[in-house]
Amino acid sequence: MNKSQLTEALAKEEGLPLKKAEDVVNTVFGEMEKALINGERMEIRGLGSFKVKEYDGYKGRNPKTGEIIEVSPKRLPFFKVGKELKERVDVE
Amino acid sequence: MTLTKEKLITSIYDQVGLSKSQSQSVIEKLLEIIKLSLEKGEDILISGFGKFAVKSKSERRGRNPQTTEELQLRARRVVVFKASGVLRDKINGG
Repeated sequence: MNKSQLTEALAKEEGLPLKKAEDVVNTVFGEMEKALINGERMEIRGLGSFKVKEYDGYKGRNPKTGEIIEVSPKRLPFFKVGKELKERVDVE
Repeated sequence: MTLTKEKLITSIYDQVGLSKSQSQSVIEKLLEIIKLSLEKGEDILISGFGKFAVKSKSERRGRNPQTTEELQLRARRVVVFKASGVLRDKINGG
């Protein structure tokens, strides 16, 4: 399911005009994006939590050529699935 | 500051112009659609943000690290998130 399908499903199920549903979806993911850019934690009950992990730079190697390369410090977002979603997705 | 559902409800109220109760209902519905889709094994792809996908893990022999006792871990299905390149760049100040 992509963003526009999600928007359509939301509009239909909540009886909202498509434009409003679009605004809702954009607001939700926009706020999530802002939080991650600011390095903030995010915790959505039932869905999961996000945090940004910081990595130091290190000297790496191109595995193909053996060439040594400098890997600069970076930040990566991590998602940890929440209890409800974890249980619903898992097979028994 | 942690972003919570409560703050998302306030943002929807402020930015979309729905009432407080509508904002609450709409966020619960949005999350439910996402969870239901993943439960059915269908990925959620949000362009510019990332992808929530369901992965099947086959059963494997594991070990309790405390007792070193061997045990059989059953097949599982788990949710993984992969951030989009756009989001990764933005998080790194790009």
